Amino acid sequence: MSNELEFLSRRVAAGKLSRRDFLGRAAALGVTAPFANSLLSSAARAAGPVKGGTLKAGLVGGESTNSLDPALFMTQVPFAFGKMWGEMIVELSPEGKLENRIAEEIGSSDDAKVWTLKIRDGVEFHNGKTVTAEDVAATLERHSDEKSKSGALGYMKGIATIKASGKEVVLTLKEPNADLPYLLSDYHLIVQPNGGKDKADAGISAGPYKVTTNEPGVRHGGERFANYWQGDKMGHADRIEIIVINDATARTAALQGGQVNMINRVEPKIVDLIKRVPGVTIRNHAGPGHYVFIMHCNTAPFDNNDLRMALKLAIDREEMLNKVLRGYGSLGNDFPINAAYPLFTEIEQRKYDPDKAKFHYKKSGHDGSILLRTSDVAFPGAVDAAQLFQQSAAKAGITLEVKREPGDGYWSEVWNKQPFCASYWGGRSTQDQMYSTAYLSTADWNDTRFKRPDFDKMVLAARAELDEAKRKAMYHDMAVMVRDEGGLILPMFNQFIDATGAKVDGWVDDPHQELMNGYALAKCWLQA
Amino acid sequence: MSSPILKLVAQRIALGILLLLAVSVLIFAGTQILPGDVAQAILGQSATPESLANLREQLGLNDPAYVRYFRWLGGVVTGDLGTAMSSGQDIATSIKGRLWNTLFLAFWAAIVAVPLAIILGLIAVRYRNGWVDKLISGLALASTSFPEFFIGYVLVYFFAVKWQIFPGISTVYDGMPFGERMQAIALPATALTLVVLAHMMRMTRAAILNVMQSAYVETAELKGLSAFNVIRKHAFPNAIAPIINVVMLNLAYLIVGVVVVEVIFVYPGMGQYLVDHVTKRDVPVVQAVGLIFAAVYIGLNIIADIAAIVANPRLRHPK
Repeated sequence: MSNELEFLSRRVAAGKLSRRDFLGRAAALGVTAPFANSLLSSAARAAGPVKGGTLKAGLVGGESTNSLDPALFMTQVPFAFGKMWGEMIVELSPEGKLENRIAEEIGSSDDAKVWTLKIRDGVEFHNGKTVTAEDVAATLERHSDEKSKSGALGYMKGIATIKASGKEVVLTLKEPNADLPYLLSDYHLIVQPNGGKDKADAGISAGPYKVTTNEPGVRHGGERFANYWQGDKMGHADRIEIIVINDATARTAALQGGQVNMINRVEPKIVDLIKRVPGVTIRNHAGPGHYVFIMHCNTAPFDNNDLRMALKLAIDREEMLNKVLRGYGSLGNDFPINAAYPLFTEIEQRKYDPDKAKFHYKKSGHDGSILLRTSDVAFPGAVDAAQLFQQSAAKAGITLEVKREPGDGYWSEVWNKQPFCASYWGGRSTQDQMYSTAYLSTADWNDTRFKRPDFDKMVLAARAELDEAKRKAMYHDMAVMVRDEGGLILPMFNQFIDATGAKVDGWVDDPHQELMNGYALAKCWLQA
Repeated sequence: MSSPILKLVAQRIALGILLLLAVSVLIFAGTQILPGDVAQAILGQSATPESLANLREQLGLNDPAYVRYFRWLGGVVTGDLGTAMSSGQDIATSIKGRLWNTLFLAFWAAIVAVPLAIILGLIAVRYRNGWVDKLISGLALASTSFPEFFIGYVLVYFFAVKWQIFPGISTVYDGMPFGERMQAIALPATALTLVVLAHMMRMTRAAILNVMQSAYVETAELKGLSAFNVIRKHAFPNAIAPIINVVMLNLAYLIVGVVVVEVIFVYPGMGQYLVDHVTKRDVPVVQAVGLIFAAVYIGLNIIADIAAIVANPRLRHPK
C-alpha cells in the first residue's frame, strides 16, 4: 500500500476527508474502486468503533402477532430484536467457536452427561438486578416445560435435571451429548430474571440495548444499556431501531432513500441492480440454509430407493443454482450439511445424469406422473425451481406434475404432510442438531420420513463421542447414508444476502444466521 | 319533515344491524373453511399431536362452531371484543391505535381527493369535449387504471429514492409530532388520492352533464347566466345525489380497501393487522376487524342514502 493512500484512508477514518474525495484521489493514484473501498473499511476498523447515533434496520419477518417472550420467537424480527435486548448463556462466534457470555466457563464430565456452567460475575439485568445461577437455571427450566411452547423445547427435553448451586448451574442429561454448549446457544434461550417465569414477555435481560419501543409488526426500538457487561465490544450506537418492512421493494427503497442503514433478505434477482447504487454494500455470505425437495421414504412410490435415486439424478443443480439463486449459493449434494458446520467432510458431488436417472427409474418399475407440490413460500423461487426440475426430469423420461399450492397454510397442510413437496431449512449450528431435528426416526420434523434404526444409533453414538476424529468419520458415514438412501433432494444451499447503506462499518460475516447472526445493529457503527 | 326522515333513518339503521349480523356469520364461516386453525398457527412447525390437543382445549376450540360464534357474539354485544388468541393481547386496545392510523390516512386522503375530484369534474363539464376536459379525464383515468402498487412504487422511486423529499416508508407511532406524521403519510395519501380521484371526478362530470340536458338548464342559459353559474346554481344541486353516493363509496374504500397501499408504504393500519391475523387463523381478531370494516361500509352507505334523500325534495316530501 502506498504511503499516500494509507495516509488518506486514515484521514477518512478520522473524519477529515470525505469518502467520495478519497475514492477520487485513490482513482487518481491508479487504484480500483473496490480495492480503495476495502482499504477504507480496514482503516475505519483500525480506527475503532464510533460511538453514538442511531442505527436502523428495515427487516422482513415481523407480524403484529409477535411477542417479546423469547420462547415464542419464530421469525426474523423477534430473533434480531432478541439479540439486541437479550443476553445468551453462550453464543457462537463468527468463526464458529463457542463464545462464553453469561456462562464464564462450561465443563463436562468425561462421559459428556453432566455439564457444569460457571456463571459470570457482575452481569446486570436491565432492571438493575445481578444475573445469578438461579436465573439461568429458571430460564432453562421454563424452556423445558411443555407449557412455555418454547421453540427450544425439542433439545431441552434431553435435559433430565437442572440445579443451581452458588455460582454454578449443573445440568444432567438423559443421554450423553458432546454438543450441549452449542444447543445452549439457541436464540430462544435468552436469560431472563427468574427465567421469565413471572412475566415472560417483559423484554428484560442483560443485552446491549434496553427495550424502549415494542410495537409488534411495526417497529421495535432500544437505547444503549449503560451497564452492559461488554460495552467495548457491542452496543456502539446510542439507539437502535428495527422497522418491519415485509415488502421487498419497500425495503430496498428504504435503504436507498437512507431511512434505514441495513436490510435483510435482498432477493438474488435484484442483487446486481442494488450493487450499482452508490453507498449501498451487499453483504452476502454462505450459511447452512438450504432449499430442498422432500420425499416421504415410507409412502409409495417414494418407498422405492431406485425411484428416489432416479429423482436425485434427474435434477440439474447447476442450472438451478444459476437461475434461481443467480449464483448466490452453492451446490447441494443431497445431505443437509455443508462447510458452515464443524466437522464437515467433502463427499463426491452428485451431478445431473439423465441416463443414469432413466436406468434407476426403469428399475423402480414406476409408471405415470409424479405429483410435486410447491409454493412461493416454500423458498423464494420455489415455483420456478419446480418447473426447472420438471424440465430436467422430462429429459430422463420422468414426468413430474407440478402443483402450485397457496402460500397461506402451506406449512400446516402441505409440508410434513404431503409425500413430495418443496421446502427449506434454515440449518442448525451443529450436525447433531440438524440430524436430530429432521432425520431421527422419532423426530417430529422428520419431513422425509427417514426411519432407520441403524441411522438413529449412529446419531446417538456420534453425539456421545468426544474424540473429534472419530466423530468426523461417523458424520461422514451418516452423510453418505442420507445422500444415497434418504428422501432428501437438496439442489442448493442459499446464501444470506443482507445490504448496508452508506457509512455503516464494523460488518463481519457470520455463517450462522443473517445480519451477523442477528448482531449487526449492536456490532456495527456509523462512521463519523 | 322530520318524522318520515326519522322513520327512514331508523329503518336503515335496523337494516344495517341485520346486515352486520349476516356479515359476522359470513366471516366466521369463512375463517372456518380456511385450512388449519389457530393452534396449528401458534405452534407452527413444532406442533405435536399432544401439544395441539392441549392448546385447542385451552383456547376452547373443541366446542362446536355455533357455540363459539354465539359466545363471541355475546361478548361483542356487551362491548367486549375479546383477546387475540395468538398473542393474548386485548383486541380493543390493539385495534384502537390501528383504526386511528387508518382513519387519519383516509381523512387526509379524502380532504385532498374529494374537493379536487369535484372541482376537476366541474371544470371538465365547463370545458366539455375541449382539450381541458380530455386532459383531465385522460389523466384521471390513467391514474385509476394503474394498479395501486404501481402508483405506489413510482411515487417511492421519484419522491423517496431519487429526490428524497418524502420518506418511502410511512411508519408512524404514538407521540410522533404532527409535522413529521404529515410528512410520513404524504406518499400513501397521494397514492390513495390518485386511485380514487377518477371515479369521483367522472361521476361528477356525468351526473352534471346529465342534468345539463334538461330544459331548465337551457332556460338558465337563455336568461343569460354565465356557464359556471348555470352549473353552480342549477345543475350541481340537482346532480348532488349520485355524487354523494360515489363519494361515500370511495370514502369507504379509503378505509377498508387500503391493504395494498399499507403494505407498500409499511403503514401500520388496519389492513396489515387483519392480514397478519388471517394468516394466524386468529378468528376473534378477524371477526372484530371484519365487523368494523363492515360497519364503516354500511354506515357510509346509510349516510349516502339519507343525504341523497335530503338533497332531493321529491323524496323529502313523499306524497
